[in-house]
Amino acid sequence: MVAIEQDRKVTQLKTAAMTETTDTPTEHHVDLAVPGYHGQEVELGRETVGNVRCDNAFMVAENVNVYYGDNHAIRDVTLEIGKKQVVALIGPSGCGKSTFLRCLNRMNDTIETARVTGNILLDGTDIYSKQQDPVALRARVGIVFQKPNPFPKSIYDNVAYGPRIHGLAGDRSELDGIVHSSLERAGLLKEVKDRLEEPGTSLSGGQQQRLCIARTIAVNPEVILMDEPCSALDPIATARIEDLMDELCEDYAIVIVTHSMQQAARVSRRVAYFHLGYLVEVDDTDKVFTNPQHKLTEDYITGRIG
Amino acid sequence: MQSTTLILLLGFFSIGAFYLGRGHSLSLVGGPGKGMALHSLPGYYGYFVAIWVVLPALTLLLGWVLIEPKIVTALVVSGLPDSYQSLSAGELNLLVNNIRNLASGDVVSIAIDENLRGAADSFNDYLAKSRQLLAVLVIGLAALGGAFAWRKIHPDLRARNKVEGVVRWALIGASSIAVFTTIGIVLSVLFEALMFFQKVPATEFLFGTTWSPQTAIRADQVGSSGSFGAVPLFAGTMLITGIAMFVSVPVGLMTAIYLAEYSTSRIRGIAKPLLEILAGIPTVVYGFFAALTVAPWVRKAGESAGFEVASESALAAGLVMGIMIIPLVSSLTDDAINAVPASMRDGALGLGSTRSETMTKVIIPAALPGIVGGILLAVSRAIGETMIVVMAAGLAANLTANPFEAVTTVTVQIVTLLVGDQEFDSAKTLAAFALGLMLFVVTLILNVIGLHVVRKYREQYE
Ligand SMILES: Nc1ncnc2c1ncn2[C@@H]1O[C@H](COP(=O)(O)OP(=O)(O)OP(=O)(O)O)[C@@H](O)[C@H]1O
Ligand SMILES: [Mg+2]
Repeated sequence: MVAIEQDRKVTQLKTAAMTETTDTPTEHHVDLAVPGYHGQEVELGRETVGNVRCDNAFMVAENVNVYYGDNHAIRDVTLEIGKKQVVALIGPSGCGKSTFLRCLNRMNDTIETARVTGNILLDGTDIYSKQQDPVALRARVGIVFQKPNPFPKSIYDNVAYGPRIHGLAGDRSELDGIVHSSLERAGLLKEVKDRLEEPGTSLSGGQQQRLCIARTIAVNPEVILMDEPCSALDPIATARIEDLMDELCEDYAIVIVTHSMQQAARVSRRVAYFHLGYLVEVDDTDKVFTNPQHKLTEDYITGRIG
Repeated sequence: MQSTTLILLLGFFSIGAFYLGRGHSLSLVGGPGKGMALHSLPGYYGYFVAIWVVLPALTLLLGWVLIEPKIVTALVVSGLPDSYQSLSAGELNLLVNNIRNLASGDVVSIAIDENLRGAADSFNDYLAKSRQLLAVLVIGLAALGGAFAWRKIHPDLRARNKVEGVVRWALIGASSIAVFTTIGIVLSVLFEALMFFQKVPATEFLFGTTWSPQTAIRADQVGSSGSFGAVPLFAGTMLITGIAMFVSVPVGLMTAIYLAEYSTSRIRGIAKPLLEILAGIPTVVYGFFAALTVAPWVRKAGESAGFEVASESALAAGLVMGIMIIPLVSSLTDDAINAVPASMRDGALGLGSTRSETMTKVIIPAALPGIVGGILLAVSRAIGETMIVVMAAGLAANLTANPFEAVTTVTVQIVTLLVGDQEFDSAKTLAAFALGLMLFVVTLILNVIGLHVVRKYREQYE
């Protein structure tokens, strides 16, 4: 029975791989082959290489598939995210990093064509079950986007937005406290404490991104998702945000998408390498960067890209 | 030869010139395929020659057609016997008109004599000669221009830049038409309004509370001198506009919010075109809908509730006008909402906002300037609306805030002042221009504020 099940999966993967391998005639008969870099074929294991499990897992994704209409963007991904650790998602553009990240707090619900199958558990409860309110989920799993997107409100109101809608503060002084401590933890308080009433959009890009982080931690989430949070920032602002992540992971689980190997190496405990919707390899960061198990991972992190 | 024939001919010439010019440019560098040696694409050399063929010739043609009547008339008059030369300007004018009519075979208002017939013949004669001369000159100039351009063709000729220069001037000309028309309208309204204010003091017009423009229609009639206090008209305009906005703003806003944030793309695909149809219905159709359906209904409803309702009421007109403006409000609001970057929405949702929190706390505040601008534009549309009010609100210039009474608006009064026959310099007729000027100023101010607000808002995200 299990064998049949396995078999079916294999054929599925095979067809999927073959439809994408446009420049490869079918007579190659390479099982589960996908185009690698430099046009050579690399076998894509049906199991993720490395170790998808971890100690004290807090979020667990099991056999997650995501479809945008007919586009199968995430293929059977299983990954655990532990408490108090930073997991970095890396991989070439379009491989599904953002898609997977957005599954974790159901931001994909806002896309009409998106469909998610499989299970994602947060602290043991299925976040895609009918009882789960996506709004409540997003308060527990916060997200920071690639481009800073402060609301066109004052700095204070930006940070106070989340606590206000969730009723986290009883009175004004409590709210003041939350705003100040969030800005403090995001490393922004010193720069803005005299101009809290100025619009958030008047800040520099790096400050705006830290404002968005402050806005997210003001809600006091349990997991923070970050989708290329530093891609619009200069190295100094990037360094500050990386420091910030180091501090934040004392309290939160953090998942970060990044295109920078160095950044992944600096901030993350574990690294997950995605390719064409498959999760190819997951392991501790130093293992992946010093001794990658999979050819595709090795090619990617050594920079041998087309 | 007729000038239309000439223009057609020039059209054919230009097509020919295009192909000749293009071919010539290519042959200079050694045939097709060698086009790279030319400064511009071969087609531009074609356009270059065609422009030289058409433009000077067309300018001559238009200028000629404009001054031809004057010259021909002068020639004919100078050919008349001496007895006519002493006529006064007015009489001479009449005579020339008659000669022209006689020449073209129309009805003539004076006795036809030898001299007149002779003049008509010479008129026709001169005209025919002029046309022949024109045809020769135009064709000659076209040929000359073509030859000149042909000689100028050279691989280094910056043909593209020259053609684009001409195109640029043509575009500038086209866009200045609207500007000059606007200036013309404003000036004419302004001058007529100033004439009105010479007859009726501006203070009476602006602050008087009685509107009764019935003056004597012609100078020999006896009649009242009329009273031109425009306050009731502006009050009526404001009342009806207020009712219309009261209907259209909430409904339009909610429609836009639903379409932008809540509807599926399928519903949106159906509802948007339907709204656009609503926007495309002629206002006169809304007018009889208001007069025949809504007004009686309002009257019945009002009376059953114990109010005294006139058969033509401000309420009926305002309601229908509000319905008419819904698509305008909703589409402008929809634009404003869609202009809010998707990242705002994602940001709010990502913090755990519900859809309605996202809408009311983030999207609407961000879009508010755009929405306000849209509403101001809608107000100016409502103020300018005429047809619905004519048909449903009546003509009585009552100064009232009661929506069940008949009122009238500025635009409606302009219409009624100008229909029917009357002297063009009577206070009654001129009052229309004064009203028009006021209306123009008010809507201009609203539009400027509206556009300014919208623009300021745009800068925020770009
Ligand atoms: N909103 C969407 N609608 C339809 N298809 C989408 C949508 N978003 C992403 N996709 C598709 O899903 C696949 C994965 O996209 P995703 O944005 O997750 O890639 P990514 O790894 O984040 O890439 P990048 O590094 O460039 O951000 C792509 O093939 C993309 O075309
Ligand atoms: Mg991405």
